[in-house]
Amino acid sequence: MIEFEGIGHRYGEHAVLDDVTLRLTEQRVAFVGANGSGKSTLARMINGLVHPTGGRVLVDGVDPARQGRAVRNRVGFVFTNPDSQIVMPTAGEDVAFSLRKKGLSRAERERRASGMLARYGLAGYEEHPAHQLSGGQKQLLALCSMLVLEPDVLVCDEPTTLLDLRNKRRFVELLEQLPQQIVLVTHDLDLLGNFDRVVVLDEGRVAADDLPEPALEHYRKLIS
Amino acid sequence: MTPLGLYQPGTSVLHRAAAGHKFLALLALAVLIFVVHSPVWLGVTALAVTLGYPVARVSPRRCLQLVRLLVPVLGLVFAAQWWLVGFDSAAVVCLRLLVTLGAANLFTLTTRVDDLVTAVERGLRPTRRFGVRPERLGLLVGLTLQAVAALSMIAGQTREAQRARSAERSLPAFAVPFLIRTLRHADELGEALAARGVDDD
Ligand SMILES: Nc1ncnc2c1ncn2[C@@H]1O[C@H](COP(=O)(O)OP(=O)(O)OP(=O)(O)O)[C@@H](O)[C@H]1O
Ligand SMILES: [Mg+2]
Repeated sequence: MIEFEGIGHRYGEHAVLDDVTLRLTEQRVAFVGANGSGKSTLARMINGLVHPTGGRVLVDGVDPARQGRAVRNRVGFVFTNPDSQIVMPTAGEDVAFSLRKKGLSRAERERRASGMLARYGLAGYEEHPAHQLSGGQKQLLALCSMLVLEPDVLVCDEPTTLLDLRNKRRFVELLEQLPQQIVLVTHDLDLLGNFDRVVVLDEGRVAADDLPEPALEHYRKLIS
Repeated sequence: MTPLGLYQPGTSVLHRAAAGHKFLALLALAVLIFVVHSPVWLGVTALAVTLGYPVARVSPRRCLQLVRLLVPVLGLVFAAQWWLVGFDSAAVVCLRLLVTLGAANLFTLTTRVDDLVTAVERGLRPTRRFGVRPERLGLLVGLTLQAVAALSMIAGQTREAQRARSAERSLPAFAVPFLIRTLRHADELGEALAARGVDDD
C-alpha cells in the first residue's frame, strides 16, 4: 500500500504539490493531468527520488525519504526515455546488471536475464546491442531490467510516450498482467480502461479520484 | 547510426580471452609504446594490432568506419608534426596514436562490458583493505565505456538536426544543444541508476 499524507512540495518559491492525501491500495492506479500538474513529482516520491517538503509518503509503512534504499529494493521505476535507462551495451548484460548485488553466479545471472527477455518478447536478443533495438523493444528491455529484481510495486512515468500506438497498447497490456501493484503516469487516456483507479491532478491538487470513466470525464471537462 | 567501438558478438580467440588479461595487455601495450622510440619497432607493433582485426573477424564495414575516423586525424597530426619537428618524430607520434587507438578499439569490440567490470572488480578486491570500493570502480569502467557510446550518439543526432536546419558551420548551433542534451542525459541516467539501487551501497 502506498500512502501520501498531506504531501506538499515546492521547488524554491514555486509550489508544485499542495496537500495531496491518497491511500493507494488498488493494483492498477493511474495519475493523469496537464503538463506541470505535479504527476512526475508525486510519482518520484514513491521511491525517494524526490523528498516531499511537507507531509510524508509511506510504502507499506516505510518512508522513502528516510529509508530510500529499503524502499527502492521493493519499488521499480520505468522512465520515459529508454536510452537513458539502458546502462549496458547489450540487452542481456543490461538485465544481468540489475542482479549484480544479488550474490548470484554469473551463469545464474545470465540465465535469469535470458528468461526475462524471453518472457517479454525479446528472446534471442541477449547479445544484441541495446541501443540498436527499436523504441518499443528498448522500453521492454527497461521493463525487464526492473522486473528481474522482482519488485512489489512498479512506478512508470510516461513509459509509452515515445512509442507508436501498437507498442503503447502492448506495453500497457503487459503492465496490466503483472502481479505487481502498478502506478502509471500517462497522457494516453485511451489506455486506462482496465485500470482500477485514476487520480486526476490539477495544479498540484487532486481534482478527481475515481474509476477510469468518471475520472477521465472530469479531466476532459477540466481541460475544455 | 552505430557508435564506434561497441561490443560486437563473436567467437574468435580474442573474444574468448579473459577480459582481465586483455585489459592488462592493453595497459602493458600503452606503457610499452611510450618507452619504445624506434619507428621500426612501433611499426611492427602497429602491424600486430592491425592483424588483430582479421583474427577477431571484425566486419569490413566496422574496419572501414575506423579507418575513416583515423585517417584524417592521423593525417593532420602527421602534417603538423612533420612541419614543426620533423619526419621521424611525426612518424613516431602517429604510430603511437595508431597503436593506442587501434588496440583500444579492438579491445572494446571484443570484450563485453560486463566481463570487464567483473574482471576489474575481482582484480581490485585486495585493495578493499585500503578503503577502495572495487564494485564502484568496476561500475565506473562500465559506465565510462557506455558514456562514450551515448555521447557519440548524441553528437551524431545533434549534427543531423543541425544539418536539417542548414546550420552546419555554426559552432553554437552544435555546442548548445549538445551540452544541454548531454547534461539531461546525465541527470536521467543518474535517476535510472538510483532506481536500480546503484547509489546506495
Ligand atoms: N527539478 C526541478 N526544479 C524546479 N522545478 C521543477 C523541477 N521539476 C519539476 N519542476 C516544476 O514542477 C512542476 C511540476 O512538474 P512535474 O514534472 O511533476 O509535472 P508533470 O505533471 O509530470 O508534467 P508533465 O506532464 O509535463 O510531465 C512544473 O511546474 C515544473 O516546472
Ligand atoms: Mg512528468
